[in-house]
Amino acid sequence: MLRIEDLHVYYGGIHALKGINLTVAQSQIVALIGANGAGKSTTLNSICGIVRVESGTIEFLGKNITNVPSHHIVSMGLSQVPEGRKVFPAMTVNENLLMGAYSRRDRAGVREDLERVFALFPRLKERRNQTAGTLSGGEQQMLAIGRGLMSRPKLLLLDEPSMGLAPLLVQEIFRIIKEINGQGTTILLVEQNANMALSIADYGYVLETGKTVIQGPARDLAQNEDVRAAYLGG
Amino acid sequence: MSRVVASLLLCAVCILLALLRKYRTHVVSNPALKYSYYPALILLAALGINYLLTALGANKVYTFQQAVYGLSLGSVYALIALGYTMVYGIIRLINFAHGDIYMVGAYAGYYAVTVMHLPFVPALVIAMVASSVLGVLIERIAYKPLRNSPRITLLITAIGMSLLLENVGQKLFTSTPRTYPTIFKASYEVFGVSVDQSRIIIFAVTVLLMIGLQYFVNYTKPGMAMRALSQDRDAARLMGINVDRVISVTFAVGSALAGAAGILVGIVYPQIKPTMGIMPGLKAFVAAVIGGIGIIPGAMLGGMIIGVSENFVTAYISSSWRDAIAFGLLILILLVKPSGLLGKSVREKV
Repeated sequence: MLRIEDLHVYYGGIHALKGINLTVAQSQIVALIGANGAGKSTTLNSICGIVRVESGTIEFLGKNITNVPSHHIVSMGLSQVPEGRKVFPAMTVNENLLMGAYSRRDRAGVREDLERVFALFPRLKERRNQTAGTLSGGEQQMLAIGRGLMSRPKLLLLDEPSMGLAPLLVQEIFRIIKEINGQGTTILLVEQNANMALSIADYGYVLETGKTVIQGPARDLAQNEDVRAAYLGG
Repeated sequence: MSRVVASLLLCAVCILLALLRKYRTHVVSNPALKYSYYPALILLAALGINYLLTALGANKVYTFQQAVYGLSLGSVYALIALGYTMVYGIIRLINFAHGDIYMVGAYAGYYAVTVMHLPFVPALVIAMVASSVLGVLIERIAYKPLRNSPRITLLITAIGMSLLLENVGQKLFTSTPRTYPTIFKASYEVFGVSVDQSRIIIFAVTVLLMIGLQYFVNYTKPGMAMRALSQDRDAARLMGINVDRVISVTFAVGSALAGAAGILVGIVYPQIKPTMGIMPGLKAFVAAVIGGIGIIPGAMLGGMIIGVSENFVTAYISSSWRDAIAFGLLILILLVKPSGLLGKSVREKV
């Protein structure tokens, strides 16, 4: 579904991505783990056209989407739930969700998906007319995921969905990610919480200073000595 | 004396109740009071002012007359201020060329009325369209290539653009002031106050445009995209919003409002000249800051406050203080509430 080959990205003079190779197959959950600054978010942002790619190719559903402007990417069926949630704080929950469906024209379908998101996150339905800035961190994360689903993506990119959340909430969020995947959405998950990520993923990649260094089925990665030592706390 | 103090207190309470967010949300969450809150406050404040004027033994007719003048002048400031505030909200740029777009709107309206012999409404549309096209062109040619430059570069470019427009204006329209023909002659008598038809038109057109703008910003897709973009640019891009297009729409709408202000000012203060945009542009910017820059209702409120206070200062103190009052108010607001009357310091949740 998604194939990245030898991806290089520079921020000014800094060589941030030094050859990322990555494949996401249909209906999988793929986890991308690694330390701060390894290039996880940069990888997602270059897929979405937010960051300029210097060399390498990104292919989505057989089409080359390298350096395609971000506003064309969403309508192709790819959406990102950004790091730090980035909900629109002065807009209501409802409006935030409608912004997620910005690229769509089928009103009936949008209304259907709104109900689907509310079924997934009943809390959001209770607060649909509240501004997003007044929500708790966990609710904002739910809203960000719901907003990402509103474009009816084939592939959903999730950037650090567990960041800053209480352990119970993290479990809840991961349960929902699993559920979304079960409903047929392929997921590429970026996480620092490697334990959690590998526990729900099918396949995993470990990123180190801009390179994919280890890859394999999630179960094997969770057992891998090097990975355990570096990311899973022994 | 006690009457004066009592009425002043009443007015102060009304203003506080209208502006303080904490109390407002508390009361407005009550559905029965939701729609009667502001009208009730306005009525109360009007009573207070009436009481105050009686206590002071002021000439009420004259005062009311000045208030009417102030509101029509304030409408013009408010319309220009909206463009400043919208553009600032989207790309954090103080578009100093905005006052000159208003000048071009005034000339477009002038030529529509005199050369093309059009009635008021088509002339208004022409002024708005001309300004709108100019605004979008300026953004495309001058600002867009600098999208990723430091903000100061953009600001200096805007000042340069303003000087360019003023000078091209002097070449094109000559520096001799032109006089708008009288379009609205009628005048009405309301409680002994004579109200010109032209001032009613200014106020009515402004209110209609503001209602239209509120609808556009809150309920239409491009309007919502504008708000989203002003709150978080990266997230807006991830939603599939075409940032360049939304910026163009913002310039188009903001400039159209300035163009409307240009022709509206022409029907009341009929002299127009190529440098006419400088002072109103500056004052409208002040109005936007007073209301809270980036906040649309704030620009409306700020414009009205500047217009009314300017007129009262001219009427009761001296016309030489006319320009000082706007900037005096600016200094006062920056000292007391730097985020502006309707501004709030946004707290971020992590």
